[in-house]
Amino acid sequence: MLRIQNLMAEVAGKMILNGLNLSVNPGEVHAIMGPNGSGKSTLGNLIAGREFCEPTQGEVIFKGKNLLDLEPEERAAEGVFLAFQYPVEIPGVSNLEFLKASLEGIAKYRGEEAPNSVSLMKQAREVCKKVNLEQSFLKRGVNEGFSGGEKKRNEIMQMMLLKPDLCILDETDSGLDIDALQVVAEGVNSLRTADRAFLVVTHYQRLLDYIVPDYVHVLAGGKIVKSGGKELALELEEKGYGWLEEEVTT
Amino acid sequence: MSQAVDFKRDACILAESLEANSSTDWLEAFRRASLGFFQQSAFPNRKTEHYKYNNLTALQRQHFSSMVDAAEDEVALPTLINPESSQYLVFIDGIYSQVHSKIDGYRLTAFSETNAEQQTLILDHIGANIESKSFFHLLNDSLTHDGILIETEDGKAHQPLHLVYINTSASQNKTSLTNLVVHIKQQSQATLIEHFDARLKADEKSLSNNSTQFILGKNAVLNHYRFHLEPENQLHLGHLAFWLGADAQLNTFHIGLGGELKRTDINVYHQATGSHAEIQGVYLSGARQQIDYHTNVQHQKPHCTTNEVFRGIVGGRSKAVFNGRIHIFPNAQKTLAKLSNKNLLLSKQAEVDTKPELEIYADDVQCAHGATVSQMNEDALFYLRSRGVSKEDAKLILSFGFINEVLDTVGNQEVADYLRPTLVQFFNQLV
Repeated sequence: MLRIQNLMAEVAGKMILNGLNLSVNPGEVHAIMGPNGSGKSTLGNLIAGREFCEPTQGEVIFKGKNLLDLEPEERAAEGVFLAFQYPVEIPGVSNLEFLKASLEGIAKYRGEEAPNSVSLMKQAREVCKKVNLEQSFLKRGVNEGFSGGEKKRNEIMQMMLLKPDLCILDETDSGLDIDALQVVAEGVNSLRTADRAFLVVTHYQRLLDYIVPDYVHVLAGGKIVKSGGKELALELEEKGYGWLEEEVTT
Repeated sequence: MSQAVDFKRDACILAESLEANSSTDWLEAFRRASLGFFQQSAFPNRKTEHYKYNNLTALQRQHFSSMVDAAEDEVALPTLINPESSQYLVFIDGIYSQVHSKIDGYRLTAFSETNAEQQTLILDHIGANIESKSFFHLLNDSLTHDGILIETEDGKAHQPLHLVYINTSASQNKTSLTNLVVHIKQQSQATLIEHFDARLKADEKSLSNNSTQFILGKNAVLNHYRFHLEPENQLHLGHLAFWLGADAQLNTFHIGLGGELKRTDINVYHQATGSHAEIQGVYLSGARQQIDYHTNVQHQKPHCTTNEVFRGIVGGRSKAVFNGRIHIFPNAQKTLAKLSNKNLLLSKQAEVDTKPELEIYADDVQCAHGATVSQMNEDALFYLRSRGVSKEDAKLILSFGFINEVLDTVGNQEVADYLRPTLVQFFNQLV
């Protein structure tokens, strides 16, 4: 489903990704871990199309298309979803209006018909319920005045509604208490299907207790330096990242 | 001799020539006094504080020094008006057109047909603060030979009344003047909607110099809307005043698209205790347009409140000016006044000059003001795009989001529905 080959990318002239390779198949959950500044968030944002990072080499093939050639909105319509580390507050634009614009944009790209208002409202209410968000949130400005936990649940709510093929969670666990973490994890787990894949970017092993990955990759110095099963996350939790960095340099 | 002086000289000659055939002798002293002040004041330039940011070159290239005397036969009303069921007054090239108007419930009197009591009311208001009036307002006053007095009935809730100002090719290179005094009598309620429009060819220019005074009696309620959606070659200088009586309530909403020269001065006078003013506005300019709102709110008496919110979206190489003054008199204790002006710049060449001014001479008041100028939030733009919304739509949504706070206060669904397509069209041109 996703094949990243020899990806190099810069942020403000500084090399952040340095020849990264990664393959993700449908149904798989991949965790990306690594120390601060290793390029984890850059990877997620780059796949979604954020302009601050400039790819200089390599390709990101998603369902046969190079995502690097597509606009962010086209990537979304192709089925890529990034759950933001810091969801943006947009006063004056209601959550519902936002969801409507999103579904319409995606439907237009795919040449499908967007759900009508009644159907959208019904779906939106259902997904709100699943992530414990009051329905009144639909009428409020996008993320406006939401708590940290509410913002993250709002991301998962959008994900449930848009039903993407590739879900990238960018440090979704940051700033969450245990209860909110469970709600978010349950939401993610309910979306795990044989044809949907997840890329879970996180600092801590904690999230992976709830969202159990098939593969764990350690990112350091802009490339994946070690891959393994879920037990690798536990090993990292115990030993930290230092030993890996040593292993790489020697 | 500079062109600016020509404008003034031509205007003075015009004022004198009109005096001979005037139908309103009772206004002569007012006109002469205004002309006196006009002659003493200089054509505004960049050193004139209140015109510092206005580009008046359009007035110097053409003088607009004669008045329009012909009115056209056919007019197209704004779609907000239902020709059958709405009430409307139509002014073509500044001249009231009875045949195109439809009115019922409001009392209408031409200045030339007013009685002594009405004349006193009119003079008390149009003749007030003459020394502080602007150059162009004084010019309008000097040329006031007629006008219309609109009155409500005591204690009655009135149907909305539309005031439609249309300029046609007949007004090319001429000035059209309108003078209205609207008296919302005590305990009565009224809605007045002012539409400005023009049917000009692309190379024609016309100047409208407009004065509207609203007098609100005790406990009166006025909902006022003013739409400046006319094409950019229709130049406009507008002067509005709202005189609020005890416990009167004013809701005034403004929307303005930029033009070659478009400026509206809004004065609100809290003259008795307990009055409240909601002043809301949105201005939008693009290309090489300019738009200007100057507001001046005077709290003359205690226990009055004002809430003023203006939002501007400015693109292209255009320029928007906002000046918001709140003046609290020494005895106006317990005043509550808030002023907010936020601006969104859509291009690097766009310019906003915003200036909130507070002048407070009382010590037991609450007063707040704020002004911001910002660009479109790139993070918000990416957030929308990452959810499948195209860049163009995302910009449109964010632009609307910026002014929605003000649009939501319109409180009249028909008006909101009427404005939306116009705004979409405008934003589409900008983004």
